[in-house]
Amino acid sequence: MKVIYILWLRQLKRYFRSKSRIIGALGQPLLFLFALGFGLGPVFERAGEGDYLQFLVPGIIAMSILFTSMFNGIEIIWDRQFGFLKETLVAPVSRVNIMLGRTVGGASVAIFQGVIILFIAFLIGFRPADLSGLPVALLFMFLIAILFTALGTAIASLLEDMHGFQLIMNFLVMPLFFLSGALFPIQELPAVVDTLVKINPLSYGVDGLRGSLLGVYHIGLSTDLAVLSVCGLILVIIGAYLFTRIEA
Amino acid sequence: MTGTSENNETIIEVTDLTRYYGRLAAVDNISFTVRRGEVFAFLGPNGAGKTTTIKMLTTLIKPSAGTIRLNGYDPIRNQDAARRSFGIVFQDPSLDEELTAYENMVLHGVLYHMPPQIRDERIKMLLQMMQLWERKNEQVKKYSGGMKRRLEIARGLMHLPHILFLDEPTLGLDPQTRNLLWGHIRELNKKEKVTIFLTTHIMEEAERVADTVAVIDHGIIIDQGSPRELVERTGSTSLEEAFLALTGKTIREEGPESFRQMAGQYLRRRRL
Repeated sequence: MKVIYILWLRQLKRYFRSKSRIIGALGQPLLFLFALGFGLGPVFERAGEGDYLQFLVPGIIAMSILFTSMFNGIEIIWDRQFGFLKETLVAPVSRVNIMLGRTVGGASVAIFQGVIILFIAFLIGFRPADLSGLPVALLFMFLIAILFTALGTAIASLLEDMHGFQLIMNFLVMPLFFLSGALFPIQELPAVVDTLVKINPLSYGVDGLRGSLLGVYHIGLSTDLAVLSVCGLILVIIGAYLFTRIEA
Repeated sequence: MTGTSENNETIIEVTDLTRYYGRLAAVDNISFTVRRGEVFAFLGPNGAGKTTTIKMLTTLIKPSAGTIRLNGYDPIRNQDAARRSFGIVFQDPSLDEELTAYENMVLHGVLYHMPPQIRDERIKMLLQMMQLWERKNEQVKKYSGGMKRRLEIARGLMHLPHILFLDEPTLGLDPQTRNLLWGHIRELNKKEKVTIFLTTHIMEEAERVADTVAVIDHGIIIDQGSPRELVERTGSTSLEEAFLALTGKTIREEGPESFRQMAGQYLRRRRL
């Protein structure tokens, strides 16, 4: 447990000491929040779908957590190229514990990033339907963060250098985000898109966040929790397995 | 010969060690032993197989064939015991530069399961020895190259290892810092009786500090002995000359296959 704790603490210290990283990671979600929230708001309202900002905020929180988690997982490649990973790999500790410490640390950072977005959204007019939904929203943030940090770790364990990073961003992270219902309602979609949304675990995270913050689930609380928990567990196991096979 | 080697007890035993990358043998059937307490220099040109050998010795990669004994432990079967036996200073920086020197040391202590009191005492002793105690609470990214190297050595020694691997520890450092660093390494070798296994491209350093030198090229150990023995055998006046005689430019340009043949011939001549 001490090993997991110290590696978790390391991730938090690195995050809180890097102001540029905090601000940089907020840039894209805030741009989406302001540009789309205020830009498409009137169109959304005219279509009879209600307040777009209210609809959008859970999706942007999920986006922020997705991006930060994946980046934190993929950070292993950086650590591998520039050294620190080797320090942990030659230590007499289980690699599963190292992976868990890094994953929980990366996920904690991502959750914090999501909470900042929620706070900023609150300042610009977002109002949760019921404050009692906040703990459930935090649970969903945790599940999304663990799932995608583990996914990032699994991918990073297979890559030798940062060259594949852009590929992952363009062909995995962006599709995961755009096909999750973060920006648009997931009802009455064309069959192909509907299938892609349904096989995307982030869709269940977005639905869970939207349900817990706005009180309206489209998929269902129990399904959202079950899918995220099972996918998260599977990815942690896969990530741990691949991490144990890393050769520095 | 400046090390503290006093006995013939073997602390590292490598037998027929081989590592393939695809079809290329980066390390090709090498064998050697290192005595407890000695300074062992593992020399070779770039790409000779030094770092691959260190990676196998330190459990970072698995050998394709052959065996290793580190302080009596097999790094494959008794991985944790083998890992506790050594410290390492990697060729590339391996500190977390966002953390302070003290935090880097604590992290290492936790990874090696050190009791907090012993850990804290050890951190203080090592950082004082490396003249970093006054700046222990600064983030490592504010340190100079020499300070980072000293910190890495201190960290490598945190858990009282029997062996310290130094993979080009003075790479990129100015002569003053190199001199200071070797002073510390010699002191540690004497004071803590730690066996030093080092690689370096600076032959003068190896000649000055090493008890035993092994020269590797194209994955094969082509000569081994004390610096003086190597110099005498090659009819040279310094280790650098001996090194060039063993790994000369002409041979390198002829490619690995013919190199292996020539190395084989050389070794056979020596045995005769």
